[in-house]
Amino acid sequence: MSLKIIVLAKQVPDTRNAGGKAMNDDGTINRSALPAIFNPDDLNALEQALLLKERHAGSKVTVITMGPARAADILREALYRGADEGILLSDRAFAGADTLATSYALSQAIRKVGEYDVILCGRQAIDGDTAQVGPQVAHMLGLPQVTGVRRVMESSSSAIVAERVIDNGVETVKAPLPLLLTVDAAAAPCRPRNAYRMLRFHRAATPQEQAAPGYAYRAQAERDPALALKEWSLEHVGGDPARCGLAGSPTKVKAVENVVFKAKESKRLTASDEDIKSLLGELLANHTIG
Amino acid sequence: MNYYSDNDALKHYLKHPLLRRIVDMKERGYAASEEYDYAPCGFDEALLGYEQVLELVGELCADVLAPNAGRVEECGPSLNDGRVEYAPATAENLDLFRKAGLMGVSLPRRYGGLNFPVAVFTMIQELVCRADAGFGNLWGLQDCAATINSFGSDEQRERYLPMVSAGATMSMDLTEPDAGSDLQSVRLKATYDSEQGQWYLDGVKRFITNGDSDIHLVLARSEEGSVDGRGLSLFICEKSCGRVRTRRIEEKMGIHGSPTCEVVFDHAPAELCGSRRMGLIKYVMSLMNGARLGIATQSVAIAQAAYSEALAYAKERRQFGKAIIELPPVYDMTGNMKARLDAARALLYETARNVDMSYQFDELQRERPLAPEERAESKLFSKRADALTPLIKGMGSEIANLNAYDAVQVHGGSGYMRDYACERLYRDARITSIYEGTTQLQVVAAIRYATSGYYGRLIDEYLDFVPSAAAAPLYARVKALAASYAAALERVASFNSQETLDFLARRIYEMAAYCIMAALLLRDAAADEGLFLASASRFTALAEAAIAGHERYIGNFETELLTHYKQ
Repeated sequence: MSLKIIVLAKQVPDTRNAGGKAMNDDGTINRSALPAIFNPDDLNALEQALLLKERHAGSKVTVITMGPARAADILREALYRGADEGILLSDRAFAGADTLATSYALSQAIRKVGEYDVILCGRQAIDGDTAQVGPQVAHMLGLPQVTGVRRVMESSSSAIVAERVIDNGVETVKAPLPLLLTVDAAAAPCRPRNAYRMLRFHRAATPQEQAAPGYAYRAQAERDPALALKEWSLEHVGGDPARCGLAGSPTKVKAVENVVFKAKESKRLTASDEDIKSLLGELLANHTIG
Repeated sequence: MNYYSDNDALKHYLKHPLLRRIVDMKERGYAASEEYDYAPCGFDEALLGYEQVLELVGELCADVLAPNAGRVEECGPSLNDGRVEYAPATAENLDLFRKAGLMGVSLPRRYGGLNFPVAVFTMIQELVCRADAGFGNLWGLQDCAATINSFGSDEQRERYLPMVSAGATMSMDLTEPDAGSDLQSVRLKATYDSEQGQWYLDGVKRFITNGDSDIHLVLARSEEGSVDGRGLSLFICEKSCGRVRTRRIEEKMGIHGSPTCEVVFDHAPAELCGSRRMGLIKYVMSLMNGARLGIATQSVAIAQAAYSEALAYAKERRQFGKAIIELPPVYDMTGNMKARLDAARALLYETARNVDMSYQFDELQRERPLAPEERAESKLFSKRADALTPLIKGMGSEIANLNAYDAVQVHGGSGYMRDYACERLYRDARITSIYEGTTQLQVVAAIRYATSGYYGRLIDEYLDFVPSAAAAPLYARVKALAASYAAALERVASFNSQETLDFLARRIYEMAAYCIMAALLLRDAAADEGLFLASASRFTALAEAAIAGHERYIGNFETELLTHYKQ
């Protein structure tokens, strides 16, 4: 039995490899100093989607991302790794969205896709680190959700059994389809880009990209429908403009501060049994360990 | 980090004008794009594809293979009931490269391959071997499939090549306990059962890299009673037959990721590849040429890794109040490591391009007779490939050893400890000048191109350009080196003694190689001064020192002195 799988992915600034000045003086992110990458947890989600696809022959993996035109890069990246289809959700009306407005736009896009059995997304993005979008999308679509998934253990046409990471351990849960899973960073890393798929799908383009004068693969795109990336605006997905973008975002950033961690006090310990024993005693007393 | 993005020389060689011709010939008007969704529609797209794949490999090598290399060494392969189990990290690497679609890089598309030219395959191999030379062997053995593609039957191509593209591993089972450098003494027996119409293999192979592979190419004695190379044929034998077992995995100095096996064939069913009696004289020679280019690539990769490790350490390590890279004895080493590396790489890709061109004419000839001028070009390229392959295999592997030695030296006492990668590189490098033909055997293969004057003409041809003003003095010095080489060659010829020639051959060989590498680097510098001129200058200085030494040695030599050495 085949599954219709949707992966929600986000293009994020690579905060782990910041070159130059990562923050502007006004507290916003200086995107030009940071390369744009596929959000790491979303790659874990994509891998779970591809594993499900392998398990259920004939399944289809659709990746949706919301962002500016260049976010189509991560759709191509998803195709290189094994996804079947990419949808770019892009509209000025979506700009400036907080997690709530983002979740609304994504849930509208999922409604437009229509049929789905499993929606997967990363637990959180490395830029905002809120972990809110997945749960909010599930709520808006009225779906059950399993957060922090580390491994899908069983899957059938009606239910999924998954391990989720919780404080101090792992919980195994069973949930009915359709449902939404958010995937933890501890899940299997995503498979690599595949050379054959790169050679084919580097031509994949949104209608806007295909219309650009530099696009050299029109003949191939005509022959190979998989090369067409979809691009949806607010008008395509429908919805209340007041719930989108800045207008639909109750979150207002007042200020952003750079926090530099400094050791305020330090203690020097020797490797003697006595010092180690006293440190252990201290850590046990303040419940750091034990 | 990315091993491709940080390597400007590779990017330069990817843009070499001859590569365009190779790709244009290989892709035959880019017609395959109608049939295969991943085939390029023109040269620009082909080039873009190579770059994308090189970037992918560069990333996998830096992010996964290199960090895994320590674990591969610690664990190593193990033997379990006649079967080899790779170290877990090796198995992870292999799985990764299979998923990335990198197992049939140069095979034709109709057999599931990527159809990349040899020069690009070589670049990928350089990246892989830089991260883990041992894994480079397992991965690089996919190149054995080229022999089935060239000499196997249609049925064999259709059966085996798609298996390789999908990730089946290969091995070339040539060496035996009593047949190492001298493969004519191979004894493993192939018998034909005419009732069943089936060949069977019985006997033992030794020192077989990846000896528990899925598909073995086996050199065996098919002609009973024969004693020399003309009684040997090449066979294809599959692991799945269950009659090939590994008896022992060798304990080695280095390349621990690559299991070296003693393999027992117990009446193993096999298929003849090509014609009987042509095994050694035709197919293994072709197989070995590919394998030698592979080891040359591994050598350049180790030379690069050693240089990168040494440079990073020398910049970071502080002594006497400064980074040690600022000390003349240290930058003497690192600067010369880079010069040798660049020189070896220049020769490596020149060789690869000639191998490519030679293959392209072979392919063309399979489809239609060649026109006279095509025949002439075909001969030119295949001769050049044959002449350059032993030069880069021998010199490249010696350079890998020199660089690995210096990398440990730059690290000082720390380099002797297991904590730094240079210690592994030092051990890994040592085999490169031994397997697939020792440096001494490369000299044997190359010397006829020296005595016939071929290398001399090649040096002239490589120097047939007008240098820039900045390069002009260097150009004159390389010309002078060519004159020294010619004079030494003349003196050796004047002895009129085969034994003296054999004795002095290594020196002649090195002189020719130094001249050719210096000329090639200078040519590359003419295309990109910023990238190559400094290396060309440093390498010319090294070449002058080496050639002057050999010149003096040969100049003072007399045939009678041979007896002193035999004592």
